[in-house]
Amino acid sequence: MDRTFGLGEFVFLLKAVPWTILLSLGAMLGGGVLGLIISVARIAPLSPIRWLATGYIEVFQGTPVLMQLFIIYYGLAVLVGVQVDAWIAVLVAFTLYAGAFLGDIWRGCLQAVPRQQWEAAASLSMSYLKQLRYVIVPQAARIAIAPTVGFLVQLIKSTSIAAIIGFVELTRAGQLMASATFQPMIVYPIVAGMYFLICRPLTSLASIFERRSHAATGTKWYF
Amino acid sequence: MPLLALSGISKSFGTNVVLTDVSLAVEPGEVVAIIGRSGSGKSTLLRCINGLEVPDKGAIEFDGRPLDWSSKGLQQLRLNIGIVFQSFNLFPHLSVERNVTLGLTEVKRIDATSAKAIAHRVLKLVGLESKIAAYPQQLSGGQQQRVAIARALAMDPRLVLLDEITASLDPELVGEVIGVLDDLATNGMTMVLVTHEMGFAKKCADTVLFMHHGVVWEKGPPSRLFNMPTTKELETFLKAVV
Repeated sequence: MDRTFGLGEFVFLLKAVPWTILLSLGAMLGGGVLGLIISVARIAPLSPIRWLATGYIEVFQGTPVLMQLFIIYYGLAVLVGVQVDAWIAVLVAFTLYAGAFLGDIWRGCLQAVPRQQWEAAASLSMSYLKQLRYVIVPQAARIAIAPTVGFLVQLIKSTSIAAIIGFVELTRAGQLMASATFQPMIVYPIVAGMYFLICRPLTSLASIFERRSHAATGTKWYF
Repeated sequence: MPLLALSGISKSFGTNVVLTDVSLAVEPGEVVAIIGRSGSGKSTLLRCINGLEVPDKGAIEFDGRPLDWSSKGLQQLRLNIGIVFQSFNLFPHLSVERNVTLGLTEVKRIDATSAKAIAHRVLKLVGLESKIAAYPQQLSGGQQQRVAIARALAMDPRLVLLDEITASLDPELVGEVIGVLDDLATNGMTMVLVTHEMGFAKKCADTVLFMHHGVVWEKGPPSRLFNMPTTKELETFLKAVV
């Protein structure tokens, strides 16, 4: 007898949502830390540090995340003889991928802070790191809110690639339910709706952050 | 011994020669006004003094010691030399009070309470104590410039550099900033300022330096320079601006 899409199938999809969120959160946090290091390295006064950061960004932006995932999941098994757990592989792959993109986005935001702000901070006898910490990064962070959220939304949707190596997150759960029920036109719209519900609050949150940070400094915004 | 001594400073940006063989000595308590047309190298000279630009040639001595161009050396120098910029360069994400206390707490390691007390004192000095909680964007240009002066003064520098600080202000706001400078000069603050305010230079400067095409053409007390210019260039300049 054919299996139809019902409450049990819906719950199955729902149970996969935390894995998508967990994977996205892990990649955001890991990628955020890595991205911050990369962005600061990208504008470092020492050119070898800049070259390293640029090389990293170019490699990870210039290759598909799917290839990166394959290399980590299958490549390590072949090269080192270690079979990495699918969860670890996707987390590492997405962290490295997010680190490269966030690093580049935040590099742009750091460079968008006017040069005069660096000079004003330097003129107060601040070291390079203090200039970054107290003057440049707080201003760059405001500029970074919108593009960062844009990337994070993209990252959440990109985690669906993890389905290819068998990691059961939302898309993989959808594939399984579509195969089991032969009702892809019911399953996939529901899966898409779930992604939407995960992503939508992020964009709202970004708007709130932007308004609050500008309100705090007396800048008027008209939406 | 002069507090600041520049000798033979030259600076080029690519093929554009900005400063040629500029020498200057500034005694403690002296007010030096640098005048000249736009593009004559005045601001670059000021930026060389606190290490924002590195001269191609020449020597700079502060308090009898040659400038140490390492980042530590420059940090040490900037503890003693404050600068106020034409475009204020206040930190827009920080309140007026934090703009003033930032250097005190994070560089000089002064505790927050003492730093706030200093901020109150210097902001009172520039007549902006009531704006302590405001953000730079909420202030007029003249007020922002006075906060910038307060920020520099809070660090208790031995020398203050002022780079055309009234140039981007509306005429009615110039007076309030000039008033502050006037008080500083009266109180014996050593200052080197680039200015187009000839009235202020005439009244408060001990020495006036006239620059033209990156070269010092005339140097001397304002009474001599403004009344008896010895070069055609200064005469023409004064006719145009006074």
